[in-house]
Amino acid sequence: MARKLPKKDVVIIGLGWTGSLLAHELTDAGLDVVAIERGPWRDTSTDFSPTQDPDELRYGIRLDLFLRPAQETFTLRHNTGQNALPIRWPGAFIVGNGVGGAGVHWNGHTWRFLESDFTLKTRLTERYGAAAMPADMQVEDWGVTYSDLEPFYDKFEYISGTSGRAGNIKGQIQPGGNPFEGPRSRGYPLPPLKDTAPTALFAKTANEMGYHAFPRPAGNASEAYVNPLGIAMGPCTYCGFCERFGCGNYSKASPQANVLPVLMRKSNFSVRTESEVLHINKDASGKRATGVTFVDTSGEEWEQPADIVLVCAYGLHNVRMMLLSGIGTPYDPQSGEGTVGRNYAYQSAGAAGLLFEGKRFNPFVGTGSLGQCIDDFNGDNFDHAGLGFFGGASITTSNYHGRPIASSANRAPGTPAWGAAWKKQVSSTYQNASAVAGQGSVYSYRDKYLDLDPVYKDRYGRPLLRMTFDWHDNEKKMTRYIAQKCAEIGKAMGAKHVTPRSIPEHFNVVPYQSTHNTGGAIMGDNPKRSAVNRYLQSWDVHNVFVVGASAFPQNAGYNPTGTVGALALWAAEAIRTQYLKNPGPLVQA
Amino acid sequence: MAGHKTDPMISRRALLASTAAAALVGSTQAKARFLSGEVPWAPGAATPPEPALPGGWIYFTPDEARAVEAIVERLIPADELSPSGKDAGCAVFIDRQLAGPYGGAERLYMKPPFVAGTAPEFGPQSPLSPAQQYRVALKSLDAYCRSNFGGKGFAELAPEERDKVLAAMEKGEPKFDGFGSRPFFNLVLQNTMEGFFADPIYGGNRDMVGWKLIGFPGARYDYRDFIDHVTEPYTLPPVSLQGRAGWNPGR
Ligand SMILES: Cc1cc2nc3c(=O)[nH]c(=O)nc-3n(C[C@H](O)[C@H](O)[C@H](O)COP(=O)(O)OP(=O)(O)OC[C@H]3O[C@@H](n4cnc5c(N)ncnc54)[C@H](O)[C@@H]3O)c2cc1C
Ligand code: SF4
Repeated sequence: MARKLPKKDVVIIGLGWTGSLLAHELTDAGLDVVAIERGPWRDTSTDFSPTQDPDELRYGIRLDLFLRPAQETFTLRHNTGQNALPIRWPGAFIVGNGVGGAGVHWNGHTWRFLESDFTLKTRLTERYGAAAMPADMQVEDWGVTYSDLEPFYDKFEYISGTSGRAGNIKGQIQPGGNPFEGPRSRGYPLPPLKDTAPTALFAKTANEMGYHAFPRPAGNASEAYVNPLGIAMGPCTYCGFCERFGCGNYSKASPQANVLPVLMRKSNFSVRTESEVLHINKDASGKRATGVTFVDTSGEEWEQPADIVLVCAYGLHNVRMMLLSGIGTPYDPQSGEGTVGRNYAYQSAGAAGLLFEGKRFNPFVGTGSLGQCIDDFNGDNFDHAGLGFFGGASITTSNYHGRPIASSANRAPGTPAWGAAWKKQVSSTYQNASAVAGQGSVYSYRDKYLDLDPVYKDRYGRPLLRMTFDWHDNEKKMTRYIAQKCAEIGKAMGAKHVTPRSIPEHFNVVPYQSTHNTGGAIMGDNPKRSAVNRYLQSWDVHNVFVVGASAFPQNAGYNPTGTVGALALWAAEAIRTQYLKNPGPLVQA
Repeated sequence: MAGHKTDPMISRRALLASTAAAALVGSTQAKARFLSGEVPWAPGAATPPEPALPGGWIYFTPDEARAVEAIVERLIPADELSPSGKDAGCAVFIDRQLAGPYGGAERLYMKPPFVAGTAPEFGPQSPLSPAQQYRVALKSLDAYCRSNFGGKGFAELAPEERDKVLAAMEKGEPKFDGFGSRPFFNLVLQNTMEGFFADPIYGGNRDMVGWKLIGFPGARYDYRDFIDHVTEPYTLPPVSLQGRAGWNPGR
């Protein structure tokens, strides 16, 4: 029997990016908030200090800060006819665990999605006709628009200290910024990061080719900065131990650097660490949550009653939590009914590997988000008529690290991976390798979804989340097109070897691709096709809000967290200004 | 792992190594905590790396160690550019890794059922831990060499013969019992590169030879004074988490 704790106004499942933003907002509104976090307490001085942080083996390869599969993992099958297998060691994506969540060890690319991304179904239908879309494609409008979210994008960028150059301020196109972005109310809080040789070369070449290069918006502080909460960030030192690592300089946007120093000091906030929420509890009606049950490290179970339950456990874990708790109806790909698990999507890469000759890039000078991009082939920024696919990618040359274990795998095509011949070229490869890479959209399909695995269990005997996912033709064609564009730019940059790469026949869990898992508890204005409404409130249990990339109806050609942060702040505003006054569904089904 | 060890001293040391690791994990990984009203901080709460233990082989038997040294010496041979993988300490590195949480698959999902013969897209599905994979595959490698090279073990082969065997393993040609020759080759190659390029604190990359080979400055953390002329040679010598060799006489 779980022991019962005193009731709180709000219980938050997971203290990562979304959990800490919501905790800050709701404690400001005077609510008593407790967060329950599966992993350990972590902070800059104790866990990411510059004297222990630059350790590639520990953090970059053995993934010290990440969720360990022994604790929890996922299973995968490519289609409903297969038996899923567990991901025994993470490859394609690596999820967070511990205070700060994946916000500790992300790169920091802080994007806004395009205006047209939010009304994708309407946009594609109007521009190309419903008949042009593959029959099994399930793209949706979001139920919110870019202009709804703009103030919250702005707020997230100012809290987290984004470095960048605006491309569109209140409709005025700005030189050197992204001309395709939606209008923003003001510029970024910090100027762009400095370039390194490959990123500068990309920008110059892309502009000469008639594209529109701009610095990638970066959650790495280009200068010292004090955010609106009064928390100071130090300037990024281009240390090159960024993604997969914590930041020892208070320079990387993260809950630790931007929210926790204020949040932790509030008397109406508390966090329980190394405490894993097992499920959300409901009352007899099934329409109201009463709180959560969690287990601590001694194996003891506790019940935390609360008036509001915020699911902030990361997209995939949000969906699992809903399924384990019986919140909403599980999606059935046969009938197309049910919503929880529906529209799982991911990120797709079309790219060109580049190998130059006679350069000295010194790639170890790098930063999580350092890069120059073009958006000319993203989303619906270009005409898809006759191309045979929809979607696109932001295209970038990055310089985020030159860590030697990972870099030892860079080779010219056809050269050996070991022995004297390998060694002869490894130092020159180290100094000459770069890439032009597309971060591509993945649209949603009827047969790609999330549910609970019937065979494999976690350490508490609960079913793992099962992913039924594989690449569709639309994304294969799109990434081939993008890879071609990347290769053209790479050739114009003067690379000696240019190797285009697009997504393979089948999704492969082994090589790292991206921790941008989206969907499964999508937002929308139709409770038959979405699990949460436009305020991320469960259609079925009104005091449960499910916050994260799980709400994306499909994925765009960008990293998710700018939009995830904006959605968290948007939901917080709805709770503060609407829900507290009148607890109940904020949208009538 | 248990059951293969015959030398009681070696297994005692392996036990000591693993309990040392467990104690450290226990002390740094705090138990469930309730935190409120302040940013928690306590002196000594940092989580420093665990340096490789000094001394002889911890996980490998002497025969296994010889074979692994003979492998890493060919994967990264000595030449005018750098010492060999063996002299850089790659075999020591692998030994220490296998004796610790990595070798014991502590972080891996190891629950059954283990399905054999699955497509590579689903990732490794072996019931063996990395330490067990080495033990099993090195036994097969020994048997393969003895039957194909007049009774000689891998470590006794000439360098060119060793290269031939490794190239065959890379293609998965030799049939190994229990753990395939190709996955084993990939595992050793990965671990050798790790040993050659990881911080020297873990037993390999001795004197930072791997970093010197490619021009990586190591555990430096600030390039603000360099980024404006980033394509010039970086002239400061590499440092490791424990500083430079000269700072630690006797190491
Ligand atoms: C290597 C890497 C690089 C990335 N780079 C970028 C980038 O450049 N740009 C970008 O936009 N995004 C990037 N991301 C993704 C980004 O980190 C996530 O989108 C973001 O952290 C999501 O925020 P969240 O609050 O949804 O989840 P998280 O920040 O992961 O927080 C979720 C928290 O919930 C906890 N939790 C889960 N289940 C439970 C449970 N049952 N009980 C208690 N607690 C639980 C977890 O331990 C975790 O702390 C990257 C991710 C990785 C791993
Ligand atoms: S690159 Fe910059 S932001 Fe990233 S960890 Fe290093 S100092 Fe921090």
